[in-house]
Amino acid sequence: MIHTRGLTRHFRVKGEVVEAVRGIDIDVEEGELVAFLGPNGAGKSTSLRMLTTLLPPTAGTAIVAGCDIRTDPLGARRRIGYIGQGRGSGDQFRVRDELVFQGRFHGLSRAAARRRADELLATLGLEAVATRVASTLSGGQRRRLDIALGLMHRPELLFLDEPATGLDPHNRANLWEHIRRLREEHGTTIFLTTHYLDEADTMAERVMIIDHGRVIADDTPERLKADLAGDRITVTVGKGEAARAAEIAARIPTAHEITTGRQAPDAAGPAAAAPGRPDEGADTVTFRVKNGPAVLPELVRALDAAELWTVAAEVRRPTLDDVFLALTGRSLRESDQEGA
Amino acid sequence: MTTTTATAVTAPGPLGRAGNFLREVGLVFAREISPELRVPIGLILGMLQPLVFLVLFGPLLGGMPGLGGSHWQWFVPGILVMIGMFGTGAAGYGVLVEAGGGSLERVLVTPLSRAAMLIGRTLKEALTLLVQGALITLLMAPFGLRIHVAGVAAGLALLVVVGVGVGSLSFALALAVKRSPSLFWAVQQFAQFPLLLTSGVLLPVEAGPAWLAAVSRFNPFTYVVDAERALFAGDLAAPAAGYGALAAAAIAAIGLALGIRGMRRATL
Repeated sequence: MIHTRGLTRHFRVKGEVVEAVRGIDIDVEEGELVAFLGPNGAGKSTSLRMLTTLLPPTAGTAIVAGCDIRTDPLGARRRIGYIGQGRGSGDQFRVRDELVFQGRFHGLSRAAARRRADELLATLGLEAVATRVASTLSGGQRRRLDIALGLMHRPELLFLDEPATGLDPHNRANLWEHIRRLREEHGTTIFLTTHYLDEADTMAERVMIIDHGRVIADDTPERLKADLAGDRITVTVGKGEAARAAEIAARIPTAHEITTGRQAPDAAGPAAAAPGRPDEGADTVTFRVKNGPAVLPELVRALDAAELWTVAAEVRRPTLDDVFLALTGRSLRESDQEGA
Repeated sequence: MTTTTATAVTAPGPLGRAGNFLREVGLVFAREISPELRVPIGLILGMLQPLVFLVLFGPLLGGMPGLGGSHWQWFVPGILVMIGMFGTGAAGYGVLVEAGGGSLERVLVTPLSRAAMLIGRTLKEALTLLVQGALITLLMAPFGLRIHVAGVAAGLALLVVVGVGVGSLSFALALAVKRSPSLFWAVQQFAQFPLLLTSGVLLPVEAGPAWLAAVSRFNPFTYVVDAERALFAGDLAAPAAGYGALAAAAIAAIGLALGIRGMRRATL
């Protein structure tokens, strides 16, 4: 559905060349739901603008929905839907009129466009505002109208640029509900950009991480997390026992990044409640490992065998931020705040 | 989302490519004109400035030499051109708003032809100018503007051609300034005032120094203004009308060429 090779875009800003996208290769097959994840300025939107024919590439090729975006942009535009970051509807137009015109711009007859508009107004809960002018809509309604506009011609491939930005949790859930239904009912291929980690994690079947204009990882969220970050286990043991516990942890084949720490008496939490032990603080051992939930009982047994008292144990599953951190040495959240 | 099965991968074209292009121009025009039909804000706003000039400046021309006959007969045809320069010349701002908001981008990802997007919008501006011109003409009739039906019709037709050119130029400018309203207005004002002052809309340029008169001969709007005055006087065969028509056609051709080029290259 999408095949790019060496897709590149440079911009000239004040006499300097900015390499926004540096030769990316993308292959998305029919029916996939792919999230393009990266900090602001990573090149997500620029890539999307090239794929949607809004921006000509500096170099490289892209076949979108079977059409070369350089030689047949019109063919691509007929087959794709695009829901941009901004407001797709014009302020002064009526909701239903905008939908009907969008359908007609895509070659639908007047009758077919009206039918389709009414269908979408109903599905997206916009019937009550159908004759209102777009500028009078609430933020959530306006976003639903954007979605309806993108779906008027039943595209086989839908692009969404930061679809959830500016939406409250309720409207975000609502948006995802529509996207999920679209896939289940029509098998629509969906390609979206996001800088929301949780969104990419829970919704996408495949995540492509982009940083400084390059794709640096491309896999399912689960595999990315397992391969690149791993689970993190923290065990709390008695005071002064960290070194021995760390030795035992090190025997686990996939354990790495083993560190030890100390908890002050009051902060020890469960240690204070441990039976028959005075609260004298505790030591902790933290390490990364594959398949943490299976490793943890094993570790506790091994600590037991070594007569070390396990006060508390915790497995934390990695997030995509851990993946980004492992790949770039930076946190995605921090990168975002740099403003790119 | 579930029931109907019709898809629109290819546009229907019973009239072929030309027919489809006209259909697209019509669609863009219809979309642009629809809010104006409900609340004609653009129509009214465009008329405010010329009305101010008619009320507060026109009377100063009474009894001035070199205007021939009624000063309204001299002033009103020029004012119509001024609506075109200022009202229609500001049309591009709408495209700036669309580009900033995201709706232009959305439409650019449809298969709609770029040229149709530009021409449909331009025709709406030209039609607005036609209505404004007709209203001002009718409004001024009771104050001594004589109406030569054929001449007024020809004058308004000429105005429409100018409107096509100025509207397109304004869109081209809006697309060129890359979402910067301040740059848009700066360039627009920088172009408008010298064009207005040297075109002889407000005062006869011939009465001024020779260099100013010479400069005005390089302003295409001078010929349009002269033509409008001849046509409104009922003199359809005047050479000035012919020169004006040529100048208007040139403005329209250059405007359309730049506007369509701008829309085709619009990358936002």
